[in-house]
Amino acid sequence: MSSAEKRAGTVANYVDERTGAAKWLKKNLTKVFPDHWSFMLGEVALYSFIILLLTGVFLTFWFDPSQREVLYQGAYQPLSGIKMSAAYASTLNISFDVRGGLLMRQIHHWAALLFMAAIVAHLMRVFFTGAFRKPREFNWIIGIGLLTLGIVEGFLGYSLPDDLLSGTGIRIAEAIIQAIPVVGSYLSFFAFGGPFPGESFIPRIFTVHVLLLPGIFLALITAHLMLVWYQKHTQYPGPGRTEKNVVGYPLMPVYMAKAGGFFFIVFGVTAFLAAVASINPIWLYGPYTPTQISAGSQPDWYMGWLDGLVRMAPNLESHIFNHTISWNILIPGLIVPGILFTGMALYPFIESWLTNDKREHHLLDRPRNAPNRTALGAMSLAFILVTLLNGGNDLIATHFALSINQITWMSRIGVLVLPPIAFVVTKRLCLSLQRHDRDLVLHGRETGRLQLLPHGEFVEVHEPISEAKAWVLTQHDQPPALEFVTEDEAGVKAPRGALNRLRARMSAATVEQIPRVEGNDLKEIEHH
Amino acid sequence: MSKEIERLSDPGLPDHVHRKADVDPRAAKKAERQVAILFSLSVIGTLLFVGSYLWIPATTFLFLPAMGSTNAQQLFLGLGLTLATLFIGLGAIHWAKTLMPDNEVIAERHEFRSEEKDRQDFVDTVKTQAAAAGLGRRPLIKRTLGIALGLVSASPLLLLRDLGPLPKKSLEQTSWEKGTRLVTDPGNLPIKASDLEVGAVAQVLPELKSNQERTLNNLAKDAVLLIRIRPEEFELSPERLSWTHEGIIAFSKICTHMGCAVALYEQQTKHLLCPCHQSKFDVPRAAKVIFGPAARPLPQLAITVDSDGYLIAQKPFSEPVGPSFWERSS
Repeated sequence: MSSAEKRAGTVANYVDERTGAAKWLKKNLTKVFPDHWSFMLGEVALYSFIILLLTGVFLTFWFDPSQREVLYQGAYQPLSGIKMSAAYASTLNISFDVRGGLLMRQIHHWAALLFMAAIVAHLMRVFFTGAFRKPREFNWIIGIGLLTLGIVEGFLGYSLPDDLLSGTGIRIAEAIIQAIPVVGSYLSFFAFGGPFPGESFIPRIFTVHVLLLPGIFLALITAHLMLVWYQKHTQYPGPGRTEKNVVGYPLMPVYMAKAGGFFFIVFGVTAFLAAVASINPIWLYGPYTPTQISAGSQPDWYMGWLDGLVRMAPNLESHIFNHTISWNILIPGLIVPGILFTGMALYPFIESWLTNDKREHHLLDRPRNAPNRTALGAMSLAFILVTLLNGGNDLIATHFALSINQITWMSRIGVLVLPPIAFVVTKRLCLSLQRHDRDLVLHGRETGRLQLLPHGEFVEVHEPISEAKAWVLTQHDQPPALEFVTEDEAGVKAPRGALNRLRARMSAATVEQIPRVEGNDLKEIEHH
Repeated sequence: MSKEIERLSDPGLPDHVHRKADVDPRAAKKAERQVAILFSLSVIGTLLFVGSYLWIPATTFLFLPAMGSTNAQQLFLGLGLTLATLFIGLGAIHWAKTLMPDNEVIAERHEFRSEEKDRQDFVDTVKTQAAAAGLGRRPLIKRTLGIALGLVSASPLLLLRDLGPLPKKSLEQTSWEKGTRLVTDPGNLPIKASDLEVGAVAQVLPELKSNQERTLNNLAKDAVLLIRIRPEEFELSPERLSWTHEGIIAFSKICTHMGCAVALYEQQTKHLLCPCHQSKFDVPRAAKVIFGPAARPLPQLAITVDSDGYLIAQKPFSEPVGPSFWERSS
């Protein structure tokens, strides 16, 4: 035994005698993780979160979260001698007087954008492959929680520097709070410590941004990962992959090396972006004052859809009994996002109820094999895309010399018309792809080789696809539609008849599928 | 179905294909060297990082194509960090892909549902323990504990009361009063009608009384835009027309939608545009909303001139400025 081994043995012995960790580790160090590029999306989110923690701690050492007025006298000459808040001045300080400070600020901001992008991409992967199905509904809900908190955390983060752009964002947030019926003005006064802008808001959101929310994030991410660990990862269908097993590489060493290496790659990419691409150059915006604004004010991308919704809202306001209800703020700012996020959170339960599917699922769906779900996803994406584009309607107008009124009207119509179109088109595409799968299994792959038959006819040679491929294309379930008895023979109506009729109709729509190829089909072909 | 369904069969895991490094020691040695080179490149990146921190002056700027003028120290610190981290990652992954075992392993899954006996035992345990505690038999304890817990967990809400004062009438008031002079911002100078040419726009604030200081809270409500057009272009009610002075009309600069500064004035069309959500207000028609999400016109401030010829407010705003709120009556 080498001396290094001996030393490691001593340490391991010391720890194990006090914790009994060896037994647990023995089992878990060889835990199997399936491999697929799309499983890295969640990893990107996790790693950018770690980068956010590291760079965020650095930033807190210099950032002064105070709205106290100071006279700027730092290295950035154009703002020298200007009155501003200590928060803004210290952000300038980090950017110009602290070595590496600007780099850390920019890594922090790029990592935040990447964090949200990775969460959204991961969410889409989980949605379109049906990974949220039983037993993973809890993790889906935690994920939706992380997405929601991520949006809030990002907004609070870029609001901290108290520059003209972010101050305008806070002003808008205040208007949304103030628009809440009955309690709005009170909530706003409590949040801001009095009238807007006051001197309390930035110190308060600083605490929320660096302590409260990161703490909740850590707890939720831990729970998210523990559930992945305990329930074992889902896997794509393929030869040898079943609902009863998990096929992949062991944690130690392969997965550790790949995942660990991938963390450094994500870090490298954010560092590169931060090195060469300036982001949120707050010194160009100037300090916040309520009387000024810069044209082309844009939030970060993950808030863009919300801003786009607000921009396209019709200008409705009700005045009832000496009270005002601002539908132009409530609908796009609270009601629509509330419906979207609640619907998202409940989706696994809705789908399971509609399909009456109570089984465990560990094999992922190929999106084409769940046409309705895929179409619903495409529909939601179309909705978000239109709102996101409308969030930049002013920039589109100036860049392409178009009328802002026309763009806004296009968005208003588009946001209602395009999602249903996306649904229908996607569903048809899925069914076409299923037809193509069926064709491939039955007749093989087109080779592009033409053959001249003795009687002069030309045919294209088809080559049978591999057994493994044929299995992937035919392994999925095609359950029959649900049927409900609405009345028994004596004419007594079944309880919840209307609800069950709805379920039966939805179920019939859900099972519209191209029949999967069975063994008998292939035999029939052989007979011909 | 009459026809018996016969599914295609799962061919099972494909055979493992050996990589070059698995069978050829020379290829393995080469892969080892490649990994080592990647890790060494990371060291060079760290050296670049340290060197940039110590020796590149913070005041040097470089021109980057498409990115513009860039601080050299920040740039090379960043590039150093990029190389330092990226090459560790590439090295580790190359190592895993070429030299670590690539045999796929199969692990079994088990249903999460506990066995029937365990579930029954669990229910029994809960029942027995709850009975032992007498929760069912002693409702008095259960109820008082419920009330106590409910109250104690609601009480922190009380402590949050001091987060801020109550709004009272604050949202409806500004610093504008009868006779308040309009002063320029910046400059704080009183302003005469002749200071504004036709087509001009200016931001004004209420003149401060001595011993008053202007806070951002005031600015957020007091900011007013003066716009001068030709008097015959107004399309106003007689009352509103009397609030203007020689073609000068005054509006609150705070958007009635979400409170942004309505800062864009288009001289040709005489429209005010809010850059946040693109609400458009038509100046000659008392800032009527002609497009966008804003529901109300910008409040108009009645102005006139005092005996010295300086512009003053005839009276306070006749309605609250800024975004709507529940208590707003119109």
